[in-house]
Amino acid sequence: MLEVRALNCERNDRLLFRDLSFTLEAGQVLQVKGGNGSGKTTLLRIICGLNDSYRGELFWHGAPLGEQRDAFYAGLLYIGHRVAVNRVLSPLENLRWSSRLHHPADDGRIRGALGQIGLAGYEDSPCYSLSAGQYQRVSLARLLLHGGDLWVLDEPFTTLDTRGVALLENLVGRHAESGGAVLITTHHKLTLPGLRALTLGVAR
Amino acid sequence: MSQASAAAAFIATLRRDLLISLKRRNDILNPFMFFIIVVSLFPIGVSPDSAMLRQIAAGVIWIAVLLASMLSMDGLYRSDYEDGTLEQLLLSSMPLYLLVFAKNIAHWLVSGLPVILVSPLLAYMLALPAEGYLTLVASLLLGTPVVGMLGSIAVALTVGLGSRGLILAVITVPMSVPVLIFGTLAVQNALAGGLPLGYLALLGAMLALTICLAPVATAAALRISVN
Repeated sequence: MLEVRALNCERNDRLLFRDLSFTLEAGQVLQVKGGNGSGKTTLLRIICGLNDSYRGELFWHGAPLGEQRDAFYAGLLYIGHRVAVNRVLSPLENLRWSSRLHHPADDGRIRGALGQIGLAGYEDSPCYSLSAGQYQRVSLARLLLHGGDLWVLDEPFTTLDTRGVALLENLVGRHAESGGAVLITTHHKLTLPGLRALTLGVAR
Repeated sequence: MSQASAAAAFIATLRRDLLISLKRRNDILNPFMFFIIVVSLFPIGVSPDSAMLRQIAAGVIWIAVLLASMLSMDGLYRSDYEDGTLEQLLLSSMPLYLLVFAKNIAHWLVSGLPVILVSPLLAYMLALPAEGYLTLVASLLLGTPVVGMLGSIAVALTVGLGSRGLILAVITVPMSVPVLIFGTLAVQNALAGGLPLGYLALLGAMLALTICLAPVATAAALRISVN
C-alpha cells in the first residue's frame, strides 16, 4: 500500500535518518519507535506531505505518491499531536465539519461514534470544558467516521486512560483486520497480533 | 457511504468559521468598536466644523475601515494553526484554495460587513453630504473583501512566526493602497456631482482579480507555513 524508499532527512544540520526504507501493506500495523527527537513525528509528516525537506521516494499503491496526492489524501486519515479539534465548538460541531472534508456523516452517525468513543452526554458541550483525555477522544471519533485506508497516528495514547487505550488498540486492530493499514508512533507497549516495529535513531 | 464533495466541504468550512465567530463574539465586536471609536475621535480632535469634516469624511472612514480590518486579521489562521486544523485542511482531498476562500468569506461577513453597515451612520456624523452615502457603501462593499483577501495572504505567510507585531500591517498596507485611493476618489467624485462608475468598476476589477488569485496564493503560503 505504502512504500518508502531510501528516505534521508536532516534537521538543524543533524541527520535524523538515512536510507530509511520500509513498506506498509494492507492489514499491517507499523509502530514507529525511537527516543525523543529521533524523528518519529518528522517521518509521519513527510509521509503525509506536511514536510518536504527530505530526499527519497514515496510510493502509494505502487505509483509515486507525488503524482496522485488527491487519491492519497482521500485514503489518508492523519491525527497529529495537534488534534484539530476547535475548543470553542462542541464535539458534534467539530466532527460535522471534519466529516464533510472526508466522508459526510449525518448527526446520528456522529452521535453514535461519540457514544462509542466514550463521550455520550458531552456531544454539545464546548470542547474547552472537556478534560485532556476527552479532548483527545473527540479526534479519535474521526477514526470511526472517516473511513480511510491508511491511518497515521502520532502519539494517540498520551492523554488516554486505560480504558481509552484499550478502546483505541481495539480500533487499530479492527482496522488492520478489515484490510486497512496503520502507521503509529507511541512509547506505549502495543499488544496487537502481527505488529511490526520500526526503530529510529539506532544508528547514532 | 457517500463521497465528500467540494461544495459540501466549502459550505461546512464557511459554517464552521461563522459558528466559531458567533461563539467568540470578540471577533465581531472588536473591529466594529475600533472602527466607531477611531471615527468618532476625529470631530473631537480635528474640528467639529462640518465644512472641514465634510472634506475628510470619506478618507477618515476608509482609513478606519482599513485599520479595523488589520486588527481583525491577526487571528485569522492562528487558532487553526495552533490546534492542527490547518494540517487537516492541507490533508483534505478538496482543493485548498476553495476552503481558504470559504474562510475568507466567513471572515469578511463577521468583520467587514458590520463595519460597512454602520458606516453611513458615521458618515452622517462626519457631515458627509447625502449624495455620497451610496457611493461610500458601494466602494466599501467592493474594496473591503480585496483588503481582507490580500491580508489573508500575509497572515498565511506569517502564521508560523511566534510574534508578528507590525509585520502584518507592513505587508498588507502597501498592497491595499490602490483600494484606498480608488475608494476615496469614488466618494469625492460623487460629491462633486459626477457619476463614480469608473472608480467603482476599477474596484470591482480588483475584487474579481483578488478572488481569482488571492486564495491560491494563500493556499500556497499556508503550505509553506505548516511545513
